[in-house]
Amino acid sequence: MSTTTPEPGWLQRNRMTITPLLFLLPGVLFFLVYVISPIIQSFNISLYEWDGLGEATFVGLRNYEELASDRAFEISLWNNLKWLALYLLAIPAGLFIALFLNQNVVGIRLYKSLFFFPFVISQVVVGLVFSWFYLPREGLLNAVITTFGFDPLNILGDPTLATYGIIAAGLWPQTAYCMILYLTGLNAVDPEQIEAGRLDGAKGVRMLWHVILPQLKPATFIAFVVTIIGALRSFDLISIMTNGGPFGSTRVLSFYMFEKALSEYGFRMGYGSAIAVVLFLIMLVFIAYFLWSMYREERAARR
Amino acid sequence: MFHKFTKAVAALALTTGLVTPAMAELSGTLRIISDMSNPAPRAIIEGLAADFDAMHPDLTVELEVVDRDAWKSQIRNALTANPPDVVNWYAANRMGPYVRAGLFEDVSDMWEEGAFPGLESVKGAMTMDGKQWGVPYTYYQWGIYYREDIFKELGLTEPATFEEEVANCQVVLDSGRKCYSIGSKFLWTAGGWFDYMNMRTNGFDFHMQLARGEVEWTSDEVRATFANWRRLIDMGAFVDDHQTYSWQEALPFVVKGEATAYLIGNFAVPHLREAGLTDDQLDFYQFPKIGDFPMGEDAPTDTFHVASNASNKEAARAFLQYVTSVDVQTAINGPDGLGQLPVNADASVADDEFIQQGFEMLSGNAPGGIAQFFDRDFPAEMASVGMEGLQEFMVFPDNLDDILNRLESARKRIYK
Amino acid sequence: MFPTPIEKRSRGAQISYQALLPVALLMWLLPLVAVALFSIRPLADFTNGNYWGVPSSFEFFTNYGKVFFESDMPRYMLNSFLITVPTVVGAVALSTMTGFALGIYRFRGNLLIFFMFIAGNFVPFQILMVPVRDLTVSAGLYDTKMGLVLFHIAFQTGFCTLFMRNFIRALPFELIEAARVEGIAEWRIFWFVVLPLMKPALAALAVLIFTFIWNDYFWAIVLTQGPDAQPVTAGITSFNSQFVAQYHLMSAGSIVAAIPPVAMFFLMQRHFIAGLTLGAVK
Repeated sequence: MSTTTPEPGWLQRNRMTITPLLFLLPGVLFFLVYVISPIIQSFNISLYEWDGLGEATFVGLRNYEELASDRAFEISLWNNLKWLALYLLAIPAGLFIALFLNQNVVGIRLYKSLFFFPFVISQVVVGLVFSWFYLPREGLLNAVITTFGFDPLNILGDPTLATYGIIAAGLWPQTAYCMILYLTGLNAVDPEQIEAGRLDGAKGVRMLWHVILPQLKPATFIAFVVTIIGALRSFDLISIMTNGGPFGSTRVLSFYMFEKALSEYGFRMGYGSAIAVVLFLIMLVFIAYFLWSMYREERAARR
Repeated sequence: MFHKFTKAVAALALTTGLVTPAMAELSGTLRIISDMSNPAPRAIIEGLAADFDAMHPDLTVELEVVDRDAWKSQIRNALTANPPDVVNWYAANRMGPYVRAGLFEDVSDMWEEGAFPGLESVKGAMTMDGKQWGVPYTYYQWGIYYREDIFKELGLTEPATFEEEVANCQVVLDSGRKCYSIGSKFLWTAGGWFDYMNMRTNGFDFHMQLARGEVEWTSDEVRATFANWRRLIDMGAFVDDHQTYSWQEALPFVVKGEATAYLIGNFAVPHLREAGLTDDQLDFYQFPKIGDFPMGEDAPTDTFHVASNASNKEAARAFLQYVTSVDVQTAINGPDGLGQLPVNADASVADDEFIQQGFEMLSGNAPGGIAQFFDRDFPAEMASVGMEGLQEFMVFPDNLDDILNRLESARKRIYK
Repeated sequence: MFPTPIEKRSRGAQISYQALLPVALLMWLLPLVAVALFSIRPLADFTNGNYWGVPSSFEFFTNYGKVFFESDMPRYMLNSFLITVPTVVGAVALSTMTGFALGIYRFRGNLLIFFMFIAGNFVPFQILMVPVRDLTVSAGLYDTKMGLVLFHIAFQTGFCTLFMRNFIRALPFELIEAARVEGIAEWRIFWFVVLPLMKPALAALAVLIFTFIWNDYFWAIVLTQGPDAQPVTAGITSFNSQFVAQYHLMSAGSIVAAIPPVAMFFLMQRHFIAGLTLGAVK
């Protein structure tokens, strides 16, 4: 295109390369400094014993060896798995509510917004709200279950229940998120296919499974992505609701890393980084999967 | 209260003005981060900051009050990343990590010059490696605070031995109440129980040996301590679900009379009064005797330190001198203030039932020795692992063997 | 439409559906309702154990007054605004540019850079914590709003770029080609052709980022402390320690802290949901 003008300058000739470069520069620079290079640095720091102040001592893989025999680390890892598995319940729960709300009655828009808005509240407030909800004496939960004749529970004080109690609190906003994804998805479902399904005699669950769900695939994919990320990022709720307790039973890797790295008893930046690296590697499995899916989509889109 | 306070300050301004003329020329900004976040202490530190600011026209005092339990995990960050001039902390071993990391300023020269008259007796708690690293501003007794009116109603008297304590507790339980309130969410309250059970069962010296890592957690002595403690747990003496509550959230049990006693520090008294308990309803006794040992007591000391990276050390040092001076000490520790004991020997101990009892107990009836507290006497990391185990024991006493083995392996690792 | 529209069902089904809706909503928001009820009670109700009965008096103004006039809450709220608004502006600006570059131009490494942004957006915060804290401290930005803002801008650029790039991809490319044929400079194409078309995306992204940043807690406690710079998510814990065990005040405080993003959501609902569900429909 640029050949139409006589004797174009260097800038003019290369504008299709220079322009995107200039546009990318600030964003990429910021991202490299604050995101990419810290990841590499964390890998490096995990090989050192460092209190964040003085000289760092190289210890090789010793931090990782210590992790292998660290009981708190083991508990954290298990709890992370619980989070991953149970957090996925947000997807069917979100779908269920979306199906329930996908109607055209008066005021349904307001209902949808009100169902959604737990997601907008910060996790800190969600954590506080739920820890009060669970309070053994003052909490509404026990007020409700004791009227039905059950024994009161102290969910956050019981090491076997506490993690589930926190996950339940996390599921609340996460389900709302999945719900909104599915509501949007349901809006775009092709009515002709539904009609075709009806003619074939499909109803209810069969219709959902064979006709609707395949069309909701993009929504499910995104719901899956955000839910996995959310599960592995769980930190706020634990910090607010139990602070890792009772006796360390609700720690997850993200929380344990923070505890170790910025502990009152001496910053252990190296050990903390080693925990972070483990968490990162777990996440990397999913990140790789997401990127792969997106890459396939990109290639399909180009064709 | 505030009136009294300003008068003391005015008097002080005159005296210090004569002693150290340099102080009048303080300028710039003095940044204080304080952990005195509960209502009564908060008023005190705000008053101190405002008055110090008023005393020095060229100096601006900036005060940041942070949550007391959160501060324990923030202090290191604060001292390294964006050091203020003055911070709050605790005496004895708890200073260790910051002294060793070079984050607290060495103020031995001030102690030597006699900048802190009247503080000779508390110098030891501020000393580490032969140097002094700050000043104390208050200390307080621990012991059993109980509902005098309920004791009367049940015909109980203050127990002197553990057997009497247990017998009393049975009567309390039979009346449909719990014996002890406790909120162990932030763990350290359980440390208080362990301190007393262990000091009484095995003596103060043994307790300190354990703190220094010289004896095993799996030893028979330590097991005896837990066995005594377990008697109370098995009776159902403690309030339910205490692991969910902070110490403040456990106060209503005492206020409402659902639990009759609370092993806690004297800082709880203003809260209990605020909640409506009168001095006729509330009383105090020393933790009763178990084994035949001289009684030792917990009396934690709270402190001020200058950050070694402070930008206005001159003003910071002057502030340290100011908070330890006689009049300020009398004013801030009074029953309208902290309701605790002054660190300055020349300051007057307030005419208050609880402060007086604590003062008498600590000066006359603690021949065993004075400990700081579990999380201040034990090295920080040991204390952290330890208190988690203590809380677990209180909820699941059957896990004791597992807990002790864990603590023992932590001891081996931490003390090296 | 799936499921079958309720108006095509029997009268009974319609009525029971209409009746079920408010009940379901109440159950869903129960924990929140509980907090709202707490926040208007007097202290006396808590001392008397009257947690769920009729409040003995209506203390809305007293309780919320305390939050606004007797605590650091207004300072924390202000901090939150001063952190959130610059971050929104910065992240949206940067990502509009990166999104434009990645969406319009074909060059080697385009997809690689794009994927770098996506992957970075997914990493756990903890892997960044130690170096980012270190960087912030050594730049003298620890415990400043600026320190938080810079990091947030950088990190949010990941998500925003994903969003913007996909949005720009969906624009009619012919417009840009037509502009090029006219000989319009590339930056003018960005400014006068592309940007006006992106208004809905800008709005959606701004609302989303506002909520994300307002609700951030982790970085707030890693990079700041105390009422000078801390946003309300972190400040609420010290507010709670000031009014410990006073559930009526703590509840009121939490509600106040939650209001700005909630208000933002209800005001900009269409944009918000458009932003959040981008990609859920293909």
